[in-house]
Amino acid sequence: MKRHLLEAADLDRDDATLVLDTAAQIDASLAGREVKKLPTLRGRTVVNLFYEDSTRTRISFELAAKRLSADVINFSAKGSSVSKGESLKDTALTLEAMGSDAIVVRHSASGAPHRLAQWVKGSVVNAGDGTHEHPTQALLDAYTIRRRLGRLDGVRVGIVGDVLHSRVARSNVGLLHTLGAEVTLVAPPTLLPVGVGSWPVEVSYDLDAVLPKADVVMMLRVQAERMNASFFPSAREYSRRYGLDARRMAALTDEAIVMHPGPMNRGMEIAAEVADSVRSTIVEQVANGVSVRMAVLYLLLGGTPS
Amino acid sequence: MAGSSPAAPSNSEARSPAAPGVLLSSADVARVVDRMAHQLIERVAAAPADGATEGLADLVLVGIPTRGAPLARRLAARIEAFSGTPVDVGTVDITLYRDDLRLRGVRALEPTLLPDAGVDGRLVVLVDDVLFSGRSVRAALDALRDLGRPRAVQLAVLVDRGHRELPIRADYVGKNVPTSRHQQVKVRLAEVDGVDEVLLTEGQQ
Amino acid sequence: MTILIKGARPYGEDAADILLKDGLIVTVGEHLEVPRAEVVDAGGLIALPGLVDLHTHLREPGREDAETVETGSRAAALGGFTAVHAMANTDPVADTAGVVEQVWRLGQEAGLVDVVPVGAVTVGLRGERLAELGAMADSAARVRVFSDDGQCVADPALMRRALEYVKAFDGVVAQHAEEPRLTAGAQMNEGDRSSRLGLAGWPAAAEEAVIARDVLLAGHVGARLHVCHVSTAGSVEIIRWAKSRGVRVTAEVTPHHLLLTDACAESYDPVFKVNPPLRTDADVAALRAGLADGTIDAVATDHAPHAVEDKESEWAQARPGMLGLEQALSVVIETMVEPGLLDWRAVADRMSVRPAAIGRLTGHGRPLAVGEPANLLLLDPSYRGVVDPAALASRSRNSPYAGRELPGRVVATFLRGTATVMDGKAQK
Repeated sequence: MKRHLLEAADLDRDDATLVLDTAAQIDASLAGREVKKLPTLRGRTVVNLFYEDSTRTRISFELAAKRLSADVINFSAKGSSVSKGESLKDTALTLEAMGSDAIVVRHSASGAPHRLAQWVKGSVVNAGDGTHEHPTQALLDAYTIRRRLGRLDGVRVGIVGDVLHSRVARSNVGLLHTLGAEVTLVAPPTLLPVGVGSWPVEVSYDLDAVLPKADVVMMLRVQAERMNASFFPSAREYSRRYGLDARRMAALTDEAIVMHPGPMNRGMEIAAEVADSVRSTIVEQVANGVSVRMAVLYLLLGGTPS
Repeated sequence: MAGSSPAAPSNSEARSPAAPGVLLSSADVARVVDRMAHQLIERVAAAPADGATEGLADLVLVGIPTRGAPLARRLAARIEAFSGTPVDVGTVDITLYRDDLRLRGVRALEPTLLPDAGVDGRLVVLVDDVLFSGRSVRAALDALRDLGRPRAVQLAVLVDRGHRELPIRADYVGKNVPTSRHQQVKVRLAEVDGVDEVLLTEGQQ
Repeated sequence: MTILIKGARPYGEDAADILLKDGLIVTVGEHLEVPRAEVVDAGGLIALPGLVDLHTHLREPGREDAETVETGSRAAALGGFTAVHAMANTDPVADTAGVVEQVWRLGQEAGLVDVVPVGAVTVGLRGERLAELGAMADSAARVRVFSDDGQCVADPALMRRALEYVKAFDGVVAQHAEEPRLTAGAQMNEGDRSSRLGLAGWPAAAEEAVIARDVLLAGHVGARLHVCHVSTAGSVEIIRWAKSRGVRVTAEVTPHHLLLTDACAESYDPVFKVNPPLRTDADVAALRAGLADGTIDAVATDHAPHAVEDKESEWAQARPGMLGLEQALSVVIETMVEPGLLDWRAVADRMSVRPAAIGRLTGHGRPLAVGEPANLLLLDPSYRGVVDPAALASRSRNSPYAGRELPGRVVATFLRGTATVMDGKAQK
C-alpha cells in the first residue's frame, strides 16, 4: 500500500483486494458483538478536514476511526480559521503540528488532497475532491458488489448519469477496472467527459440497451441545476431517458443489483420503488462504508512506523 | 506466535540454549498433542470451578491464527477421540489488538470465529503454537474481552521457548525449549505448511 | 563608453571582434585593437541582437509584491532582452495615457531594458467600450500594441472597431483568443487528462474559434492583428491559412507552450496552471513546426509573476501564469535549436527582428552591423544548468522550469552600448 489514498489508481489489484478482504474480516469479527470497538489505532489521531458539507461521509469516516480507537478531530471549513482566509497549506501544517497522523479531506477543488499530500508527513485519504475522485466510495461499492454477487471479475457494471461531474464515477471506473469488472457508462453525450474515449470502459447513450446485460446498475446523482446549463433540456426528459423506474428495472436479470452512492433524487434518476426494492443495496452501501473505511485507515496507519 | 522483542530471563533460558535442529518430528508433534489432550481432559473434567460447570461441555478451545487455529482443531479432535465428548472450537484473530503495529506494520487479517454458544460463562483455553514474549497472548486476552465474558481463561501452547516480557504463563505446555533470543522456533503444521515439525534455527532478528 | 567584444560569433557564425561606441556598433572586424576600450573576452560565445518580448507582465502598478518594473527589467536583461512590452492588466489598468506614461517612465528609471507599455483595448479590460487608444499612442510611451490580455475582446463588433481604429497610428491589436462562454471555470486543456483529473476543460476550439473570427475581421477591414500565445495545432493551421490569403496577421508562441504539455497537470501543482493552458504533445509539435516555418512570427514569454500565496494552493484557486523571461532563450535552444528546427539567424528573427517589427520599435531588432544600435547579447551555448527558482531575479518564484536542466546562458547583454548584464550578473 502507498502512504496515501488519493485516487483509485493508488491501489493495484493486490492492494484493492487486501482492502476488501480486510473489510470482510473486520465485518465478520464485529458481527454480533456488543463491543464494536477495536484498540488497533489507540493513540493515533485522525483529522476529518471537510471543506464541503457532507455529513454522511464525515460520519462514516468518524465512526470508522472511532471503532479503531483513534482520536478523531472534525475540522469543518465553516466557522474555522479557513473561513478567515487561511490557506489549505497553513491549515494542513497546523493540523500536523498538533499531531495528526492522518488527514481525511473533502474539498471542492480537484487535486486538493494531492496538494495536501505534498505538504504533510502523515497519510492523506481523499474523501472526495471536486469532480476528480472519491476512492473510498469506489471501495465500498466494490465491496458491496462482491458481497452480493460473490465476485468482481467479469461482473458487468453500468454506471448511469452525470459522469462528467462525478467523482464517484471516476473512482469506480478505475477501481472496477483494476478488479476485473467490465464497466459501461450510460449518459447523454453532454454528461460524458470529452476524454472518455481513453477510459477503460464501454460507452452507451441508451440505458434500455444496457440494462438486460448488466449485473450491477449504479445510478449517479443528477443535479437539477445542470439543466440550467443545458446539459439536458428538462428534468422530465432526463428522467424519461436515463432514470431507473420499475418498468426499466423489470428488464434486469434476476440477480442484478441496483446501487446509488446517495444522496438520491427520488423521481429523478431513480424511482422510489426501485430504491426500496430488494435489488437495491443503498442501505448496505452505507453500512459497508464504515467497514471499508476502517480497513483503509488500518492499512494506511497501522503500518506506518512512527 | 514467535515474538522478537528484548526479553527478561525466565525459566526456559536458565538452562543453556538448545542446539539448532529438529525439536519435534512429525511423530513427536502427534504424541505431544495427544498428551496435551489427555491433560486437558484430566484437569477440565476433574476440576469444575463450581457446581454450575459441566466439565468438557463447558470447554471452548480458541486458536490464535495462524497455527494456533489448526492446533486447536487437532486438540478438540483428540479430546473427542479419547473422551467421546465433542468440544467447541473457535479462532480469535489478534491482528487488530497488537501493540507492535508501529514497529511491524500491517498484516492480512484472519478470521475470528466463535462457536454459536459463544464464550460467556465458559472455560476458554487459548491455543497457540509458540509462547515467547507473551504479547500475542496479551492481545488475545484483550480480543476475548471484547467478544464475551468467559468464566476462566487458560493457555495451551505447543512450545514454550521462554523470554517472557509479560506476567503470563501457560497452563498446558507441549514442550519446554531453552533458547537464546536470537534463535527462532519454527512450528510447521500440515494444515498450513504441508508437514508437521518444529525446528530451532539460528535466525537473526 | 567604448567596449570591445573579442572573438564573439555573430549569429553563431565566424568569430569577429565588435566595437561598441556611443550606443552604436561602430566596427565589426578581426583582431581589432582599440586603446582605452573595455575589452570583453567573448571567445566561444554567440552574439545575437538584443531580444524583444511582445508579452511581459510586470505587475506594476498594483501587484508590486509579485513583480515591479525594476525587478522585471532585471529578469529581462538577464534573459538577453533589450526591450519588453509591458501588458496592460495592471491595477489600475493601463487604459489611459497617464498609466502608460507612468510605466514607461519607471522603465526608463530602471534603465535595464526599454519598457514599452501595451495599452488596453477597452476601458478596464471590461470589453465594453474602447479605451482612449489615440491618447496612448500620442503619449510619451508611444503605444503601438493594444491588448486586453488576460481577457479576450469577445464582442466581435468591438473587436472590429478596435482593429480599424488603430490603423490611424499603425497600431496593432494583440488578441488573447479565448471564447469566454466556452471556458467558464476552465482549469486546463480539455482532453484525456482533464477528464481523468476532474479539472474543467479549456477546449482548443475556444481559442481557434476566436482566431478564425479575428483573421476574417482583420482581412475584411485591412487591419493588423496579432495573436497572443498561440497554443493549439488548429490555431497554427488557421493562421497559416490566413497568411496565405494575405491577411496582415502575426502570432506569438510562449516558451512554455513549446516545451511543456498538459502532463504537467498530473501533479496538481499550480505552477503549471497557465492561460492558455499547456496542451498536448501534438500541439507542441505543431507549434514548433509553425515557429520553424514562420507561420508563428515570434516567441513571446507571457512572463506572469505571481506571489507565493497565489500559487501555493489548490489548483482551482491558483492564478494562471508562469515566469518566462530568464529561461526563454534556453527553452528556445532546447526545443528549436538543438533539434535543428531553427538556426541562430532564425532565433534572432523570431526573438528580436520580428517582435520589434510587430511593435514598431525602430531601435530594436536590428542586425549586428556597423551603424546599428548596440543592442545585443552574448550567449554561452555550451552551458547546461539546472533552473533554481531561488536564484531568479524576478520577485516571484513560479517558474515551471524549476529543477529542469536547460541549455544556454546569457553571459552579457548590452543596451545601446552599455552592459546591463556582464558575466551573467545584472549591472544594476
